[in-house]
Amino acid sequence: MIIKLLLLAGILGAVVTALRSSTSMTYLAVRRVALLAFAGAAAVSVLSPSTLTWVANRVGVGRGTDLVLYGLVVVFLFVSIGVYQRIQHLEERIVRLTRTLALNDPDSREADGPEE
Amino acid sequence: MKMDDVWVVVPMYNEASAIAAVVHDLRTVFPRVVCVDDGSVDQTAVEAGIAGATVLRHSVNLGQGAALQTGFDFVARQPGANWVVTFDADGQHLVSDAERMVGVARSQDLDVVLASRFAGAVDNIPRVRRTVLAAAVAYTRWSSKLAVTDTHNGLRVISTRVLPRLSLKQSRMAHASELLNRIHTLGLAYGEVPTTVVYTPYSLKKTQTNLNSINILFDLALARLRAGS
Repeated sequence: MIIKLLLLAGILGAVVTALRSSTSMTYLAVRRVALLAFAGAAAVSVLSPSTLTWVANRVGVGRGTDLVLYGLVVVFLFVSIGVYQRIQHLEERIVRLTRTLALNDPDSREADGPEE
Repeated sequence: MKMDDVWVVVPMYNEASAIAAVVHDLRTVFPRVVCVDDGSVDQTAVEAGIAGATVLRHSVNLGQGAALQTGFDFVARQPGANWVVTFDADGQHLVSDAERMVGVARSQDLDVVLASRFAGAVDNIPRVRRTVLAAAVAYTRWSSKLAVTDTHNGLRVISTRVLPRLSLKQSRMAHASELLNRIHTLGLAYGEVPTTVVYTPYSLKKTQTNLNSINILFDLALARLRAGS
C-alpha cells in the first residue's frame, strides 16, 4: 500500500535528520516550507473533509481521520528530534561557557602554577 | 621522585565530607592538585581550597566527563606539566597507586596508564556491582578494541603531549569509554597497572547507581551513530 511506503519514508527521513544534526540554512528553509505545507493541508482538511477522505483513499487509508493520525505520528517524530537536537546544541554551549568561566577564574590559596 | 611536573585532576561534586582528606593525602606526594568543582551545592570547593588544591568551579553541574575535560584544559595551560593524574574525589583510590602508575608511565614512556581493580586487590566489592562492571568491561573491550580488564576506573595517568588530542565530548559518565575508544583510534601507547579500590560505605553511596549504565550505553550508541553518518 502507498501509505506504508509514505510512512516508512517519513520515519526514515526523521532518522536521517536525527543523525545529520545539521543546523544549516537549507535545513531551516526545508522546515519552514514543511510547516507551511502542513498548515495548508490542515486548512484544507477543515474546510473540506471529503477531500481529506479522498486523499486517504488514494494512498490506501480508509478514513481521513486515520490519515491525519498517521501524519501526526511522523510529524511528532520530526518535532521531537528537532527539539532534542536544539537541546543538545544548547548543552554544548553551556559546557563551553561554564568551562571558560571556570578556567578564567582559578581559585588557589597557595602559589601554584609557574613558580620559576 | 620529583612530582613537580605532575598535575592531579580531581573532579568533584558534593564531596564536602571527603574531599579535604583526599586532597591532603594527594599533596603528601603530588604538590600540584587541581579540583574541578562541578557545581556542588555544599562546601566542597571551600574544603578543597583549604586543603591546598587549586579549585576551578563550574557554575552549573555538567557531569564528570565535562569536569575532567575542564581539568585537562587547565593543565594544558600550565608550563612544565608533563603528566595528568585523574583521581576520584570520594577516596576510593590510593595515592600510592597513583604514584606507582606515574612511575610506570615515566619508565616505559607511555601515553596513558590505566588502573585496574580486577587485576589487583579488591576490597568489599558488592556482587551486583561486580556483575555490572564485568558487563561494562565486556562491552567496552569489544567496542574500543582494547584488551583492558577494568574500563571504569577513575584513576589514570595521561601524558600531556596527548592531551590536546583527547578532548572529551561526553559530559556525563560515558567519558570513560570515550577515552578508551580514543586510545585505540589515536593508537596511543597504554599500559594497565593493578590497583586497589577501597569500597567504603561512603564511596558506595556516592558512586553511580548500577542503572546508570543504561544511560551510559545510550550516550555511547548515539555518539557512535553520529560518528558513523
